[in-house]
Amino acid sequence: MSGFSFLEFVQQIINGLTLGSIYALIAIGYTMVYGIIGMINFAHGEIYMIGAYVGLMAITGLSLFGVDSIAAILLVTLAISILVTGSYGWTVERLAYRPLRNSPRLVPLISAIGVSIFLQNYVQIGQGARDVSMQPVLTGGWRFGPADGFQVYLSYMQVLIAVVTVAFMAGLTLFISRSRLGRACRACSQDRTMANLLGIDTDRVIALTFVLGAALAAVAGVLVGMYYGLVNPFIGFIAGLKAFTAAVLGGIGSIPGAMLGGVVLGLAESFASAYLQTEYKDVVAFALLILVLLMRPTGLLGRPDVEKV
Amino acid sequence: MTLPASAPTPAAGAGRSLLDVQNLSMRFGGLLAVDNVTFEVRRGQIFAIIGPNGAGKTTVFNCVGGFYRPTTGAVTLDGQPIQHLPSHRIARLGLVRTFQNVRLFKTMTVVENLLISQHAQLEARLLPGLFKTPKYRRAETAALERAAFWLEKVGLLAVANREAGNLAYGQQRRLEIARCMITHPKLLMLDEPAAGLNPQETRDLDRLINELRAEHGVSVLLIEHDMSLVMGISDEILVVEYGRPIATGDPAAIRANPKVIKAYLGEE
Repeated sequence: MSGFSFLEFVQQIINGLTLGSIYALIAIGYTMVYGIIGMINFAHGEIYMIGAYVGLMAITGLSLFGVDSIAAILLVTLAISILVTGSYGWTVERLAYRPLRNSPRLVPLISAIGVSIFLQNYVQIGQGARDVSMQPVLTGGWRFGPADGFQVYLSYMQVLIAVVTVAFMAGLTLFISRSRLGRACRACSQDRTMANLLGIDTDRVIALTFVLGAALAAVAGVLVGMYYGLVNPFIGFIAGLKAFTAAVLGGIGSIPGAMLGGVVLGLAESFASAYLQTEYKDVVAFALLILVLLMRPTGLLGRPDVEKV
Repeated sequence: MTLPASAPTPAAGAGRSLLDVQNLSMRFGGLLAVDNVTFEVRRGQIFAIIGPNGAGKTTVFNCVGGFYRPTTGAVTLDGQPIQHLPSHRIARLGLVRTFQNVRLFKTMTVVENLLISQHAQLEARLLPGLFKTPKYRRAETAALERAAFWLEKVGLLAVANREAGNLAYGQQRRLEIARCMITHPKLLMLDEPAAGLNPQETRDLDRLINELRAEHGVSVLLIEHDMSLVMGISDEILVVEYGRPIATGDPAAIRANPKVIKAYLGEE
């Protein structure tokens, strides 16, 4: 352990924050849906995977048209991926969850697992099961540190991930806290029956929640696609599992909790890979989850379950 | 304002009747919770349903408000049958209610609670909200002004930005009433509004309900155990026991009715 320097520590923080941003973006989708209808949307990881595919196709298409401004590529790709993935989110809710709204809790859960399997295979059939790669859009970065020793590497892509993530989270926070629809979302998450009685179309609010969650997953997908340059139909499973963990860690139902949980999980994995062994990163991530839940069953920022009558 | 007991006035009542409940029954499995209840609330009337615990008062409320689908019977609001409508549609037709246990949005601020109940009247599309168009801002300002009016009315203006869950119980009750009234209802249904209030707060509530009727023309249907409130405020009272109506009439008639005394008041 003694061989690790401060610079290596900084490097792990950078890597951890990058990974954590992605987890946080996906985790918000889990936590918002849970907050409103009390259901874990197990197909959310697949929505993220679709976001990554759409992003990759958009980037490839844009470069075919000769677009080479990074800002333009990023903005158009994000817009396309958010639109397409958002419609997937809406459709899944409409077809697979809404008809089961008043069923026992287990039923939509099973439906979600079905949707997850369906989407994974649907993408496999359409796009093939192998890795699809793309040329990097944004390369390069900064190096800090002594020329002969360990250098901290901060890539432009990592900065981009952090900036885009912060921008979208700030946007979401403003939307939820300031706008009329955001207010309706908060009301529904507290007491859906009462919100409905007051004339709020709760089905519409629920659909909106799915679309927002899918949009943020699309952003995560696009960023990951650009970062690693690789996607395959199976990336949704483990990313979904990790993001779900992040949501529970932060306190499921709490949006700031999902953000915090994502970052904590990203940092934990990053440090585990560096200071233990890469293979241990998942062990540490899930051990952390168990520890937090043992000490704070509602997660880091979760409120205890309000009594519903 | 006092009306004769369940006066059947089909000809004159057509325009004056606001809520008409005919032969309402509600069965849960083997339990007949409400058994053939008929009553009529007229415009501007304060109508109370009383009865011992478990008599089925809240079940009547739930049937009227669209929470339950009555087993048999008809419910008409302002001439329109509503017994098959979902509760949010009924709410939009002008029938709103409070619950026995306060159901505010506890972690939202007091003023937000009032904005939420105006949601149906406010345009809530995504894009105008994102770009805050002038129209959106104007509507939001108007909504805030209405909220301020009602907060003033129920004496909560000073706590407008506090979380609703942190208010004193009596304040929460008043906020619930304001949240209903801000939607301009025709009929306000209050389920035990005085429960948990101290005598002073109960008197304030009595005055508030009378003011609401006088100034805003709302009719009130209430369930209440507090006899001082019910007897003082009601134009007409329906007494139910074991789901069956046993008497209807003005407070004086109800007080004097031997069946009621035996079933209910006698046990106090």
